[in-house]
Amino acid sequence: MVPSDLRYTKDHEWVRIDGDTATIGVTDFAAGQLGDVVFVDLPAVGKAVEQFATFGVVESVKAVSDLYAPLSGEVVDVNADLGGKPELVNSDPFGDGWMIRVKVGDAAQLEELLDAAGYEKLTAEA
Amino acid sequence: MAYGPHTPADRQRMLAALGMRSVDELFADIPEPLRASPLRLDPPEPEQLLMQRLAGLAARNKVELASFLGAGAYRHFSPPMVDQILLRGEWYTAYTPYQPEVSQGTLQSIYEYESLIAELVGLDVVSASHYDGAAATAEAALMTCRATSRGTVLVSRAVHPHYREVLRTYFDGAGLGLEEIPLVGDGPERGSTDLAAMKRRLAEADDPVAGVVVAQPNFYGLLEHMAEASRLAHAAGALFVAVVEPVSLAVLAPPGAYGADIAAGEGQALGIPPQYGGPYLGILACTDSLVRQIPGRLVGMTTDVDGKRAYVMTLQAREQHIRREKAASNICTNQTLLALAASVWLAALGPHGLRDVAALGAARAAELEAALASVGVARVHAGAYLNEFAVSVPNAPEVHRRLLDRGVLAGLVLAEAVPDEPGLADALLVCATEVTTGDDVATFARELGLVLAEIGSGPASNTGNGTGAATGDGTGAARSVGARA
Amino acid sequence: MSASGPRLQPSLFELSKPGRASDKIPHPPADALDRLPAEHRRDVPAALPELNEPEAVRHYVNLSQMNHAVDTGFYPLGSCTMKWNPKVNEWAARQPGFAQLHPLAPDAVAQGTLQLLWELEQILIEISGMRAVTLQPAAGAHGELTGILMVRDYHRSRGDMDRTDVLVPDSAHGTNPATATMAGLRTISIKAAPDGGIDLDAFRARLGPTTAAVMITNPSTMGLFESRVGELLDAVHAVGAMAYMDGANLNAILGRFKPGEAGFDVMHINTHKTFSTPHGGGGPGAGPVAVGEKLEPFLPAPRVLREADGTFRLERVGERPTSIGRMRSFVGSTGVLVRAYAYLRTHGASGLAEITDDAVLAANYLKQRLTESGAYDIPFPGVCKHEFIASATSVKRKTGVRTLDIAKRLLDHGFHAPTVYFPLTVDEAMLIEPTETESIETLDAFADALVAIAREAESDPEIVKTAPHTAPVRRLDEAGAARNPNLRWRPAVGDWTPCPD
Repeated sequence: MVPSDLRYTKDHEWVRIDGDTATIGVTDFAAGQLGDVVFVDLPAVGKAVEQFATFGVVESVKAVSDLYAPLSGEVVDVNADLGGKPELVNSDPFGDGWMIRVKVGDAAQLEELLDAAGYEKLTAEA
Repeated sequence: MAYGPHTPADRQRMLAALGMRSVDELFADIPEPLRASPLRLDPPEPEQLLMQRLAGLAARNKVELASFLGAGAYRHFSPPMVDQILLRGEWYTAYTPYQPEVSQGTLQSIYEYESLIAELVGLDVVSASHYDGAAATAEAALMTCRATSRGTVLVSRAVHPHYREVLRTYFDGAGLGLEEIPLVGDGPERGSTDLAAMKRRLAEADDPVAGVVVAQPNFYGLLEHMAEASRLAHAAGALFVAVVEPVSLAVLAPPGAYGADIAAGEGQALGIPPQYGGPYLGILACTDSLVRQIPGRLVGMTTDVDGKRAYVMTLQAREQHIRREKAASNICTNQTLLALAASVWLAALGPHGLRDVAALGAARAAELEAALASVGVARVHAGAYLNEFAVSVPNAPEVHRRLLDRGVLAGLVLAEAVPDEPGLADALLVCATEVTTGDDVATFARELGLVLAEIGSGPASNTGNGTGAATGDGTGAARSVGARA
Repeated sequence: MSASGPRLQPSLFELSKPGRASDKIPHPPADALDRLPAEHRRDVPAALPELNEPEAVRHYVNLSQMNHAVDTGFYPLGSCTMKWNPKVNEWAARQPGFAQLHPLAPDAVAQGTLQLLWELEQILIEISGMRAVTLQPAAGAHGELTGILMVRDYHRSRGDMDRTDVLVPDSAHGTNPATATMAGLRTISIKAAPDGGIDLDAFRARLGPTTAAVMITNPSTMGLFESRVGELLDAVHAVGAMAYMDGANLNAILGRFKPGEAGFDVMHINTHKTFSTPHGGGGPGAGPVAVGEKLEPFLPAPRVLREADGTFRLERVGERPTSIGRMRSFVGSTGVLVRAYAYLRTHGASGLAEITDDAVLAANYLKQRLTESGAYDIPFPGVCKHEFIASATSVKRKTGVRTLDIAKRLLDHGFHAPTVYFPLTVDEAMLIEPTETESIETLDAFADALVAIAREAESDPEIVKTAPHTAPVRRLDEAGAARNPNLRWRPAVGDWTPCPD
């Protein structure tokens, strides 16, 4: 079961809300599909991200995937550990493998995302 | 059939396994209206006759000339060991190393090639090859746009005309802007990139420049102020692309030394025969920071499960078979065998041999300059050159043609190669390498003297070729053979 | 360790020893470089390895012995057409008259090569059913870009500036969408019909005034002839778009289908596939492009022209302003084209037709053998052309062994693996193409090996999952190679002798 306190996109990103800050990453399912992650290309602090638009790229040995923002907002933090240890996305996708933190523009956008059950259903059908 | 192993019995067995009587049944799914008309081609040719045909065609080319033609393709000595290695079937009939466990030969050779070129150009990341110097230069220019998110590249008019045309084709394709930097028109810097003009263009803030492309040596053989050009580019936030000739890098300052971000060039000079245009070797290298922007294959070192050192294609996620429409380039097949050829040649010569090749060419070129001067033919430009330079020759196309009849290939007629460059209507671009002999130089000078006297001594009527080149008017209308695209 | 056979080798740089010299080049005069200004001189000599001939030759011979090659064994690589590379072609390309000719030599001294190139164009025109050919592109992908740029210029020449889309089937080779992007066009991927072929309705739904071209591979990348291609071509032309054929699978249709006759406007040919020019470990190839009447004015310059007196020449600069321009320096990868010419002359009309017949027969035979074994899924069981897909989906479900593992285990049997995980639209795909130059004994041995591996997957999956076991190296740490790229050797200071100046 994926963490129940998170929300999910149908492109396999997750988001955790803490006040007006959202932490964003990719799910274990995505990490499994990708295989060993070798590089994560993330935006700079201060950049604006838009809901469902791409904010970066995650690269594995055999695949490259665009990363889609679950919510709109301004990037306030980027996981610097991923530079030297991209494998964190595989080993701890919901924890140390987090990618960016964003100051949320419109909390109502959360409603457009899947909850844990909805995401489980999506991946079960895949 | 020449290379097919199947006997009629084999074919019968295969058809029987399919429950079919004729191979035509396997093509029944081609709708009647789409079926081909019969192939109207000559019948098969047995190998013995084929070889006679090919020998006959080859004999119609004249290659035993005293040649002073360079202009982007250079003749060098290749030790026989090189071709004997290249004739090993394990090298030339191998496929792309997608299964690295059975391709370590190819993979290690590419890694070594990357390392050799990295040493020569002074940049750490080298792609496994591009089609030729022109394609590599185009890819380099496109890289600058991607890396800076800007849409315009400046290219010096002293970069090879073919390369500029290819840049134009690629840039029009991608909807990007390409502008040419003019050359200095006179004085001691004549024929080099006009850095003042470049600086003025770089200062135009409304259309920032992504990259600047300058060749060293340039098309006219002249040595450019690369460090200064690099500095100007960087001051404007642009990347600097150096187009280089790899043999010259044995003695000339490499791109890494003058701060180039990307180096591109033609590797044909590394012992690959001229072959009338290819297959050649596009060299592309960049700094570490641009590694994810460089198109083409990369081979890296790694280990296998037993801890053995091994080589593998890496960062493949950038390439077309994965990235598809988001790939930086559509390149798939490259020029691996030529990268091997260049590596074996460099291994055969070693650093001293390579340096001697460059130095011998320089010495012979100086000898050539003096010999031509002795018959009244002087250089067009004043700047320093390594082994190639332009000379002023009245009626250059006609002189060139007459010299050809006398067994001398007197370089390149610049009026035809760069018709839009002012002041080169009567000029030849000549070069010398270590394979140019003293006799060749003496022959060239002697015959040139004779031809000039012929032409200068009245209306040109000896050959009846109807070129109509009048005496001394110096326009040298380009006609018939010798006129080149 | 055995005395001969594949052995790991130190790097060229590790074999280097200061002071070793090969003495292949005469010494220049000591003052040869004095006239070069210091500004341009190299301060630090390049640290290239110092070897002499025995060290260098052994290095390269030993390395070569670690390669699988067509000369050593079978490559059942779908989409690659790994047929035999004829030895006479190597002789031909090395004839000094061809090899030593400078690309800017005047036409008068290049008549032999110009004639060869012209004749080659005529042969390719006949095979393709098109009207004109350019031999300039250096590879198939290069040819694709050439073709799509011509299509774009054609539309623009008619004031049709809004044609921004290229439609491709979702099974297309990655070069197709990558090409569209390089040409500034958008790729629209169209899902295949359930039978694997073109979904005409899906294409019709997206065809319109913004369509520049469709890019179709025929037979498809699943090895199936696109029987509905005639209707597709009608639909494409009806909206004013053009039809590009990716000629990678030409080996399946020589003498049976001429794309130009059928209505395609442009196609590329991979000489290193259909016409036997060797792969060289990844290249060189050549990608001639054949076009119909509409695109002829746009061909890259310079073209090879035949004069009334039977001599040949190249077009002059500016002679044909409608050309898309140059795709590369000089005329083409002539050395590769000489090989293709020799191959085409060797075979002639009847030989080419036999190539296709044998290639298609061999593929169907191999498919039949695998189908009968029941060892793999065969997603498209009907008649195939020169290649077919087998899938390891059921094997994976039953045993956990995947196509990747099967590919690696094949290496232990002395075969190169087939193309794997392509096309992207089939799960656990293996695309198998025997070509016409493999004996029936080889085909049977390959089928036996595949079946044996499937059985092994059930009885001893670990041995398959950890294969290969007999190659010079075993499975590689590809993640490590990508995370911490080591892309060049770094010579230590003192490894070289500075050149005396």
